[in-house]
Amino acid sequence: MRGLRLSTKRRAPRRNPARSAPVSIVPTDFPAPDAAPEYSLLTDIRPLLARAVSRPPPQRHVQMDHTRKILLVDDEADLLDIYQAELRKLPGPPQLTVANSGVAALTQLERNAFDLLITDLRMPRMDGLQLIAIVRRKYPALRTVVLTSLPDEQFRARVYALGVDLFWQKPATETEMALFRECIESMLERADAGGFRGLQSKSLMDILQLECLSQNSVVLRIVNGPLQGRIWINHGDLWDAEAGGLQGEEALLHILGWKTGTFESLPAEPDHPRTIQKSANALLLESAQAQDEARSRESDTDLVRRTGANPLRRLEGFEFLLPFNDQKDLGREAGDIENAGLLADWARATLQRFTALGDTLQAGALDTVVALGRQCHLGLASANGVHFCAGWRSHLDAATVRKSTKKAAALWVS
Amino acid sequence: MGLLSFLSWSAGKAPTMLRLPSGSFTVDRTGRVIASTLASSFPAPLIHAIGGAVLGAFQDAAALQQPLTELVIHYPSLKITAREMRGGALIFLVPINLAGPAN
Repeated sequence: MRGLRLSTKRRAPRRNPARSAPVSIVPTDFPAPDAAPEYSLLTDIRPLLARAVSRPPPQRHVQMDHTRKILLVDDEADLLDIYQAELRKLPGPPQLTVANSGVAALTQLERNAFDLLITDLRMPRMDGLQLIAIVRRKYPALRTVVLTSLPDEQFRARVYALGVDLFWQKPATETEMALFRECIESMLERADAGGFRGLQSKSLMDILQLECLSQNSVVLRIVNGPLQGRIWINHGDLWDAEAGGLQGEEALLHILGWKTGTFESLPAEPDHPRTIQKSANALLLESAQAQDEARSRESDTDLVRRTGANPLRRLEGFEFLLPFNDQKDLGREAGDIENAGLLADWARATLQRFTALGDTLQAGALDTVVALGRQCHLGLASANGVHFCAGWRSHLDAATVRKSTKKAAALWVS
Repeated sequence: MGLLSFLSWSAGKAPTMLRLPSGSFTVDRTGRVIASTLASSFPAPLIHAIGGAVLGAFQDAAALQQPLTELVIHYPSLKITAREMRGGALIFLVPINLAGPAN
C-alpha cells in the first residue's frame, strides 16, 4: 500500500478556525502518488484545494450512481429470503444474487462483478472461512461481510485475520436488523464515493501541502509501523519535526521518506520552538528531489544507506538484517555473516513453510517467526513484499526479538 | 416477528466448524506424536502438519550449523511455540482472541 491512510481521529478543533480548512474533506479524485510526480509544486494543487474546500459535505442516504451488486451466501434458503427482503429496503435497492454454497458463490463471482459479499460461516463442504480465504486472494477489492450465528471470539479473530470488512452476528431483533441494514448501506455508500479506501492513496507530501496551503496550525503525528514522528505546522509554516531521535529539517526529510503509515492531527502548539527556517515549498521540493535521486540510484542496494546513516544499528542487540524476496537476496545490512545466502534460503523456506501452515489452519496471514538459538536469535518478517531475516544477540527475549524484527523491517522499507 | 423468531432459532444452533485448539503435543524426531493434550476433535492430519513444519524448520537450521532451541510462530489468530527436544519438539498452541490480552 502506498500513501498514508487518513485517520479519522481528529482530537480537537483547530485553534485558528477562520484560517483552517479541514483536511478530512480531501476529495478522493486527487491524483494518486504514482500518477503524478511526487514533487508536484504547491501551485499544482490549488485548483484541487479550492474544489476540496467548496465541495459540500457528503450526504447520508445519498442516492447511488449505479445499482450496487450484492452476493448473499447461505445454505439455508429461508434465511436467504429474509436477507433479500431486508436488503431490498435499502435506498437505491441493490441488485441481489444468492448462492447456497461456497462453490456456488465462487461460480457467481467468476461470472459477475460484485460490490459486496455477505456470507454465512457455517456451511457444508466449503465453510465461510474457506470461501473468504479464496475470495480475499482472488478478489482483494471485494468488500466482505460475515454474517454468522456463531458468537465466538476465536472465529471473530480468524475472520478479521482473513481480512473481512465486517463480522456480524445474525440479527435476532428488529433493532439489530435495522442496524445491520444501516451498516450495509454505509459500506455501499463508502464504496460508491471512493471513501476511505480512496483516501489511502494520499502521500504525506500531499497532506503537508494541503495543511500549508490552508495556513493551518496543527501538529501531525505520523505512525509508520513501529516508527513515529511529529511535524509542527504553525499558520501554514513548517515549524519543527522530530522522528527517531532526529530533529528539525533532518527529521522532516526522514519522515517524508516514509511511504506508508497513518497520521492524526493534534491540537496546534503555537509556543513550540521553531527549528525549521526554510519555506515549506522549498523543503518539500528538496525532499522530493532527494527521493527522486535516491530512486534513480536504487538497484539492489538498500534504502537505508541512502540517508547516510544506519538507524538499524541503534536497535538494541542488532546483529544483521538480510532482506530478500521470493526469488533472490537483496543484500545485507551490518555485520559480516558467514553463509548469508544459505541463511536467507533457510529463512525463505521457513516463511513459505509457515505461510502454508497458516493457510491450512485458516489462522490468517503469517505475522512473524522468532527463532531462538544458543549463538544468536533470528526474527523473520515480511513488509511491502520484502522478506527479512534479522539477527539478534542471544540475551534478548522472544518478545523483544519479534518487536525489534518488525521495527528493523519497517526501517529498511522506509 | 415470525421472521425474527426464525433468526433467533438459527442463531442457537451448535457450531460445527473446526476450532483452533488450545493445548500442547510432543513429536519425536520422525514426526510421530508421542503425547498430546489437544482435543480429540482436532484432526490428526493438522497435528502432523504443524509437527512437520516445526521439525522441518529445526532440522534445516541445524543443518546450517545454526541450531535452534525454540521457535515462536505468530499468526493473527494463533500462536505456536515449539521447543526443541532431542531432535523432536514440544509444541504449544494458543489461539488468540481479539478480546484477550496481547500475546
